[in-house]
Amino acid sequence: MKSTILKTASNYLLPILLLFSIFILLRGHYYPGGGFVGGLIAAIAFVLHSFTHNTDATLKLLRIHPSSLIPMGLALAALSMFAPMFVGMPVMTGLWFDEPFPVIGMIGSALFFDLGVYLVVIGVVLTILFTISQYSE
Amino acid sequence: MIDNAIVFPVVVHLFTAILLLFFWRKTIAQRMISIAGSLLAMLVAIGLFAQVWDGGILTMQAAGWEAPFGISFVADVFSSSMVLLTSFSGLAVSIYSATGIARGRMIYGYFPIFHFLLMGLNGAFLTGDIFNLYVWFEVVIIASFVLMTLGGRKAQIEGSVKYMAMNILASTFFLTGIGILYGITGTLNMADLSLKVAALENRKLVDITAIFFIIGFGIKSAVFPLYFWLPSSYHTPPSAVAAIFGGLLTKVGIYALFRIFTLIFIPDDFIRTLLVFLAIFTILTGTFGAVIKNNIRRMFSYLIVCHIGFMVGGLGMYSEVAITGALFYLFHDIMVKTNIFLIAGLIRKLRGTMNMDKLGGLYAEYPLLSLLMAIVLFSLVGIPPLSGFWPKIHLFEAGFMGGHYALIAALIIGSFATLYVISLMWSKVFWKDRPIIEDEGVLTDDFQPLSKFRKSLLVTPIVFLAVITLYIGLGAENIASVVKHIAREMKDTSPYIEAVLGTNELQ
Repeated sequence: MKSTILKTASNYLLPILLLFSIFILLRGHYYPGGGFVGGLIAAIAFVLHSFTHNTDATLKLLRIHPSSLIPMGLALAALSMFAPMFVGMPVMTGLWFDEPFPVIGMIGSALFFDLGVYLVVIGVVLTILFTISQYSE
Repeated sequence: MIDNAIVFPVVVHLFTAILLLFFWRKTIAQRMISIAGSLLAMLVAIGLFAQVWDGGILTMQAAGWEAPFGISFVADVFSSSMVLLTSFSGLAVSIYSATGIARGRMIYGYFPIFHFLLMGLNGAFLTGDIFNLYVWFEVVIIASFVLMTLGGRKAQIEGSVKYMAMNILASTFFLTGIGILYGITGTLNMADLSLKVAALENRKLVDITAIFFIIGFGIKSAVFPLYFWLPSSYHTPPSAVAAIFGGLLTKVGIYALFRIFTLIFIPDDFIRTLLVFLAIFTILTGTFGAVIKNNIRRMFSYLIVCHIGFMVGGLGMYSEVAITGALFYLFHDIMVKTNIFLIAGLIRKLRGTMNMDKLGGLYAEYPLLSLLMAIVLFSLVGIPPLSGFWPKIHLFEAGFMGGHYALIAALIIGSFATLYVISLMWSKVFWKDRPIIEDEGVLTDDFQPLSKFRKSLLVTPIVFLAVITLYIGLGAENIASVVKHIAREMKDTSPYIEAVLGTNELQ
């Protein structure tokens, strides 16, 4: 798409949207938000970038192919689900660090599950959209 | 007692699938990981079965939420033996797939999806929460949609449209049933539902809810009148996929029927009559379909429908002997049905076709392989002392005791038709001389040029499942003691309810 305004704007929007997606991800434990929505927003950021520059430029920016995010995210989510097993508690029990972390607050295994979902959503959405766009080019 | 061992069969397949995703497009590594994962899953399943058989029902409350509120996982003898049989089928199909699936399908993620499917099956067997059961069903059908369409041939897409439409309809009925059930009882835990549904005054409403479940599971397990999606879709995917579908996917519907109708809705006369009626027609329609089909896999698909009727009939008669017979049949059926589809795939490799008119002379060329196939095919028929024979004795006994003469007639017709089509297949495919066909290019032997190792990968799973089938037939008293134990657990559900809810809930 040839629009100088959009192209310039998307350069600035990409980091802002990514930051916003992380904010949504972290907010999700008690308020609306979470890994799924956060992942969608992050995916939108990259899709916007690929609209204005093209898909290959976005793939170069990502360094790894988005499809490889899927197993990483799944593994992270699955591990956070089964981590309580190793300390003798039932599966899916929330494990928490005792001390709150600065800025983020309390961190528990639920956050890692959400982070896994975040990665899977980015991976799936980008893989689907990039495949379609590369196929139609 | 909190025991995480229950979820191991789910965990093993989940992590195998994730590991396989890391090896995307590296098909050699994927084959090895898949076989290793299935082997590990089998060991875990054997361990779980041994633990349940010795120590009684195991439960695990996910995240430590107490029983009626959280999601319970329960392993009784029924579910753990289903997990065990699934793991046998899974291992066999996983070995078979290493050569039986084209590389083009593997690079699009055949193996990860296959393990997600097995994970879903294990989850469905082990859950003790009815909504969670629905979720596992969804996992299973989503994975099966992908397996069915993978490869994208026209016939496959056509078959999977029918398959998908009917299964989504089934899920809708199932979900509606759960909604009504939750509305009238306020709980989703199966053990808790068992107590609450028994105490309900409005029996008509309970019956109507039960019918939603019969329709939902009935479509999934191809019970008359909504069975037609099965024969028109199961012959389209590769044989390894058809094996896992034919062996396990319809049986998970049967498992759910048994679980729901022995634990939650204790069938009254109306539901029993309905189930027997459905069983009779399922057997008859399956029979008629199987008799007229010329393609091996289409014929087997109709035989699945026919034999589903045997199990539904056993549930409909609802005596302890009948349930014993039906469960015995279920165990035998999972092993044999998986195996006959693998055999169909092998025949296709040997001759390049599955049309019985174009096949012939297999016995003359491959006597040992033919003997192996004969064992499996005649187990399916139930020639004594092979495995199909013993459950039928129980079913007939239950039928005579309960006076279900129409069902007995249908069982006899179904058994004879199975005998007829299998002997027809035997004489056409194995004994008769190879027919002379003008267009020789169609028929190719893909088996002979394979290396010895790859040949053994195709034959080993069939041998493995045949040995288990032989054990079910020859060691029938061991299997009978397991199924009698399960039938007793189904008649007296109080140990299940106690294990899930704790002792104080039962007065």
